[in-house]
Amino acid sequence: MSNLMTNHYEAAAVILFGIGFMNLLLARNLIKKFIGLNIMDTAVYLFLAAKGYITSRAAPIITEGTIARVEDYINPVPSGLVLTGIVVSVSVTAFSLALVQRLYKHYGSLDLDEIMEKAKKEGKV
Amino acid sequence: MTAIHYIQNIPFFSIFLAMFGGIVTPLFGNGKTAQKVNLIIVTLIGILSAMLLAYLWQKQESFTFMMGHFPAPWGNELRAGPLEALMALSFCCVMALTLIGGGRFVQNDVLPEKQNLYFVMMYLLFGSMLALIYTNDIFTAYVFLEINTIASCAIIMAKGTGESIVATLHYLIICLLGSGLFLIGISLLYGITGHLLMENIQQAILELVQTGEYAFAFAVVIGMIIIGISIKSAVFPFHFMLVSAHPAATPASSGILSGLVLKSFILLNIKMFYCVFTIDLIRSLKITNVLFLFGLIGMVVGSVCALKERRIKHMLAYSSAAQIGYIYMGLGLGNHEGMVAACFHILAHAVTKAMLFICTGGLMEASQGKDSIHSLRGAGHRNLIAGIGFTIGGLSMIGIPLTAGFVSKLYFATATIYSPQKMVITLLTLAVSMILNAMYFIPSAIAIWSPVDKNANRPKPSKAMQGAIGVFVALNIVLGVYYDPIIDMIEMGIGLLG
Repeated sequence: MSNLMTNHYEAAAVILFGIGFMNLLLARNLIKKFIGLNIMDTAVYLFLAAKGYITSRAAPIITEGTIARVEDYINPVPSGLVLTGIVVSVSVTAFSLALVQRLYKHYGSLDLDEIMEKAKKEGKV
Repeated sequence: MTAIHYIQNIPFFSIFLAMFGGIVTPLFGNGKTAQKVNLIIVTLIGILSAMLLAYLWQKQESFTFMMGHFPAPWGNELRAGPLEALMALSFCCVMALTLIGGGRFVQNDVLPEKQNLYFVMMYLLFGSMLALIYTNDIFTAYVFLEINTIASCAIIMAKGTGESIVATLHYLIICLLGSGLFLIGISLLYGITGHLLMENIQQAILELVQTGEYAFAFAVVIGMIIIGISIKSAVFPFHFMLVSAHPAATPASSGILSGLVLKSFILLNIKMFYCVFTIDLIRSLKITNVLFLFGLIGMVVGSVCALKERRIKHMLAYSSAAQIGYIYMGLGLGNHEGMVAACFHILAHAVTKAMLFICTGGLMEASQGKDSIHSLRGAGHRNLIAGIGFTIGGLSMIGIPLTAGFVSKLYFATATIYSPQKMVITLLTLAVSMILNAMYFIPSAIAIWSPVDKNANRPKPSKAMQGAIGVFVALNIVLGVYYDPIIDMIEMGIGLLG
């Protein structure tokens, strides 16, 4: 329990990941599904950012006139990973939403069950 | 010294060329030019990979290439050994042949103004597959997994029909679940070990395993990463995404999806086994047993579903699911020989399934585009070369001697000797699955050769398609007869991995 309290960011991140994952898997509404995807990805970024942060240290940006010492700064790699991850997740989300839009234009619905039913009927005709 | 230097740049240049092709292709006005340039670039990468393979095989070594020459904990690395070079070479061959053979389907199925965009996606897909083969950094692997997802979804929905959009949605959701698991897995792994490069992670893991720290956390992390990748490679019970994707896509897309894309994920899995977690740890955590079980179930369930199917593309999709099951069964045996057999089956299935999809496209074209096996009766007479290709591909899937499929099944069976406790069940399932394969491929082969009115509509198969199917058949038989050097390369490559 004390572990959970010291690592509360990580614990929250994992719980959020679970929520997002189940939403992506189970939600019937396509927009909700992809919101789930975003929650899932954001949870991972929270996790990475929490891992990279070291209390009372600065962002690793060296300005003129300061002496660079490793001990003054946080680990920059996780922040880099988060940035890369955000780019990836934005492009995947954009692609998914474009796909949902196409589906809505074609079938006039955002409900996955309804779309599947209509697609089956269309296939038979 | 200089020769070594040039050779070491090949992995990077292969990926770069593929990405560069994607950038310049939108400048071409029409799909035909785009296709020609695509062919040239893929051939060029193929020649480079062949040089790399020849060099590494001769020297019996592997190397890591520092991107931008930043040393280990800062820089990004690529790694190449005989296995990676062989896979890159075979991916180039299959990619080029599938696009030559399926070129006409792309022209017919995709809107003219979007054909060059189709090839942009092909380049992205190809570049990401090469990157997955060569990368030595797990976060790079994640980025390219996502690029791969987007590009493969785009080539599935290239036809633009309602059916293909629904299929893409299925495929996308399953792939995103897989890459989400992979992402949280590598983040946790980074949290534990503090590294992203495969070798450094492995060292950290070896130290932690000795001290016994984080034992439970490792089990969870490895489970997430391996299951994430396995989901993306359509292992049972996630094979249903293939069943909706293949019938809806144009034959060239189906061939590349089933023949190459799924295989690049499996290769990533093999790299994770050897370069990150070490095979001993995977074995001691019983991950191999889980993969083995799902592989076996996939082999039987895939074949049974294929047997019940009356539409030929659905049948091929289920057959792909069964063949992925074979590969996971090989990985799950957990011994060196099983891995070699699985890697050979990756090649055998890539060559065979891509050909089967192209041939099916040709046969359907000769039957007014209908896809039920019944309506394909006599199609082999109307499109001779596609009929021959389909028959030989079917024989290879069943595992008849002289074809590639036979060799991999032979090696799977031999590999069971080294895992005695799994021997009986593996051999029985192999036998059952082969009989099931025969039960659905032979009736469809008989159907396409059954005599019918020969004066019916006979679209002339294009020369490109005839040539591509011819080379595919030759490759299949070469793999089935001269398999010794290839097995050697795979064995050496796996030996050098870990």
